Amino acid sequence: MENKNYISSYCAAKNGEVIVDHTISYSEKTLLSVDFIKSVYKHFQFNYPKFYKMDHLCKLAFVTSELLLKSNPVTQKYSSEDIAIIISNSTSSLEIDTEHQNTISDKGNYFPSPAIFVYTLSNILIGEIAIRNSIKGENTFFIFDKFDPVFMSSYINSLLKSGKAKCCITGWVDFYENKYESFLYTVEKEQGTLKIEHTSEQIKKLYNN
Amino acid sequence: MDALIDQLKGEIIEQLNLEDLKKEDIDADAPLFGEGLGLDSIDALELIVLLEKNHGIKIANPADGKKIFQSIRSMAEFIKANKK
Repeated sequence: MENKNYISSYCAAKNGEVIVDHTISYSEKTLLSVDFIKSVYKHFQFNYPKFYKMDHLCKLAFVTSELLLKSNPVTQKYSSEDIAIIISNSTSSLEIDTEHQNTISDKGNYFPSPAIFVYTLSNILIGEIAIRNSIKGENTFFIFDKFDPVFMSSYINSLLKSGKAKCCITGWVDFYENKYESFLYTVEKEQGTLKIEHTSEQIKKLYNN
Repeated sequence: MDALIDQLKGEIIEQLNLEDLKKEDIDADAPLFGEGLGLDSIDALELIVLLEKNHGIKIANPADGKKIFQSIRSMAEFIKANKK
């Protein structure tokens, strides 16, 4: 049996652009970070009221994953237990951690917000994607200095080889101080329409485009 | 009472990040949880914080929460009755 895996679809959001499978699907260069992410949500008419309650990091992960899974609806091809979500970033949940810190730093005005506090873990974004799409497979969140295609490709190829997952939603979602970058892709045994082998070199090429 | 209800609607929209709603979209008598605004358990905690932060009122008995947070009108009545 062939051990190759393939990047079957991808979605990248950065610098005011959203690219899905090599095609620019949305562009709005005039808006800053979170306003841009909200404009993506409105443009594609995702109907998910909880979106507005998410922190910026989860909002970014949400819109990117929605477009990725719209392009490649893996939840219709695999059982919920066979889809893994493995995501990474560099600033973890620092944006919302800082916001939480601001609600508790003044002893005379000490009102920690439960809605903020629940997002003070970076892997919550995996939970949001999993809840939205009823995905119940393996999940892990890694924090690196920068996106690491060598580690990620090796980890995900091993995961698929182990049989613990048949498909993986993976990549990089980072948001801090108005800087944002999201790059999510699906990895499967099937070639999909992209026909890109899942290797670190191919991931690098897509990520740097 | 109407002014307080209007104020509460604004506070709830802001505190709970209900960005897709306007004050006029919210029925003061509609249930806050389940149907109506469809709030969840985290929102319930936020409402408790809102009462304390914006109105200086602590809920002494958590069992009263169900009655207090039935609707925006019931919240307003509770605030009016307990405001010092």
